[in-house]
Amino acid sequence: MIDSLLSQTSEWLRGTGPNADIVMSSRIRLARNLKPYPFSHWASKKQERECLKAVHDAILVSKNLKKSLFIFMHDISDLDKQFLLERHLISREHILHPEFKAVNVSEREIASIMVNEEDHLRIQVMQSGFNLQEGWKVADRLEDELAETLPFAFDNKWGYLTACPTNTGTGLRASVMLHLPALVMTKQISRVIQAITKLGMVVRGLYGEGTDAEGNLFQISNQITMGQTEAETLEHIEGIIRQLIGHEETARKQLVKQNRDLVYDKIWRAYGTLKNSFIITSKETIHLLSMVRMGVDLGVIPNLDRKTVNELFILTQPAHLQRMEGKLLAQSERDAKRAAIIRSRLGS
Amino acid sequence: MICDVCAKQKATVHLTEIINDQVTKLNLCEYCAKKKGSQMEQHFGIADLLQGLADPSEKGFSGSAAKIKCVSCGMSYDEFKKIGRLGCAQCYDAFRESLAPLLKRIHSSNTHTGKQPKGAAGSGRGSAGAHSGSGAASSAAAPLLPPLTPLSETAKSSTASKQKPISEPIAGTKLAAEFQQLKQALRKAIDGEAYEEAAQIRDRMRQLEAKIKKAA
Repeated sequence: MIDSLLSQTSEWLRGTGPNADIVMSSRIRLARNLKPYPFSHWASKKQERECLKAVHDAILVSKNLKKSLFIFMHDISDLDKQFLLERHLISREHILHPEFKAVNVSEREIASIMVNEEDHLRIQVMQSGFNLQEGWKVADRLEDELAETLPFAFDNKWGYLTACPTNTGTGLRASVMLHLPALVMTKQISRVIQAITKLGMVVRGLYGEGTDAEGNLFQISNQITMGQTEAETLEHIEGIIRQLIGHEETARKQLVKQNRDLVYDKIWRAYGTLKNSFIITSKETIHLLSMVRMGVDLGVIPNLDRKTVNELFILTQPAHLQRMEGKLLAQSERDAKRAAIIRSRLGS
Repeated sequence: MICDVCAKQKATVHLTEIINDQVTKLNLCEYCAKKKGSQMEQHFGIADLLQGLADPSEKGFSGSAAKIKCVSCGMSYDEFKKIGRLGCAQCYDAFRESLAPLLKRIHSSNTHTGKQPKGAAGSGRGSAGAHSGSGAASSAAAPLLPPLTPLSETAKSSTASKQKPISEPIAGTKLAAEFQQLKQALRKAIDGEAYEEAAQIRDRMRQLEAKIKKAA
């Protein structure tokens, strides 16, 4: 079942869409709960089972989710759970207690719905590039359809009711994954992050909460979910992201203008190392891929497309390597397998 | 204890972080804590916000507020403060009075202006306490105002509709005029989300009501 995902490229990794050089992907997440059941962490096993069944039934009759995979978390191996996490289809929290949890993955992995996570439903829509509006349209439509059969908890004054009061209201988290190597290299990033935080945004790493911004990848999302409409939330974050894109573009130009040799050296050495390694760790890979991605964006490395680089960020993660190999691998074996895949994808 | 960062000043801020079962403890002086402030803010969860920071609006009734229980799922406000997550949708009604200022602090607003449910299954719509199918409470009369019953009473009845109404005195009397004035002040206080003031006004209305009854 999960094998079918391995052979396809997730929609959000395509490397296309507006500002795809700096914005890797855009994500919309809606938190919803079914009124008759306590929130997942407080529900009894029986209630969790009933809630899961109610959501499953609604998904089965959904026209928007016809060709999707419904995966029960307790049915799959730890490796497959990790695999889904690496593809950004589920959260860390969803792995911890798999009983009565599930995830529905739509065709091309555009929409995923986690069932019985912190909230009963976490509807997530991913798009390539800077494309929150399209993501919102898909999520909104999907939510409307599900609301025809599922009684979402809603309060006239406070909006959609969620387990954590930080999500109450719209339940909307809009986030954008940005690749900001030039702002990091010119040491402007901490100032930028400070400013963004003050504007009510949250900054995280590639894999969300508590992760480092490895590979110069930063996830920026809104914090406030009440007192503004969904359109206003999107407008607010879009304004900030546009400014950030501008800063990164300026920093890139400045870098090439003032330190051309240094930048080209970093890019070509990174490309050279990736193409010629036989053993490479995940951390080094992400760091070098970031430089190569900038090389592609600046037109320094010809004949290499962004999609190939984007895919390598995910394919070189531990669970993906082991899934491709079809068995569990020790760390040293993984480092060798990783190097082999990179060499083959980069055509060496 | 000395600050872990500067190793000079006395540590007054103690941070414990658990990420993937790994516990990290950090002791910081005020200066270093402020410096680290923006980084740390991101790691503070809602439970820290509830527990660590004293809420001035809860002053005076925090003791009784902690004991309120949601009749639907049994979670107490105290438990919510510890866990940082509510038990069920009906908890929003049970803890309405304490949640209103909390939501305001988190979002700088406590009024939803976004999407409204459209679907046929919109039985979820209404006040949080309106159980699907109960009809009466999920009508347009769903309380926009937080319940102002004394908290001991809220614990017994979670929905605003069950609260004992304050009966209005006969018009024309001096007391009645005062009562009307208080009623207006109450509305103003609620509109301005000054819940503490509103509670005081409500108590005065109750006293006045008792006086009127005696006089009658």
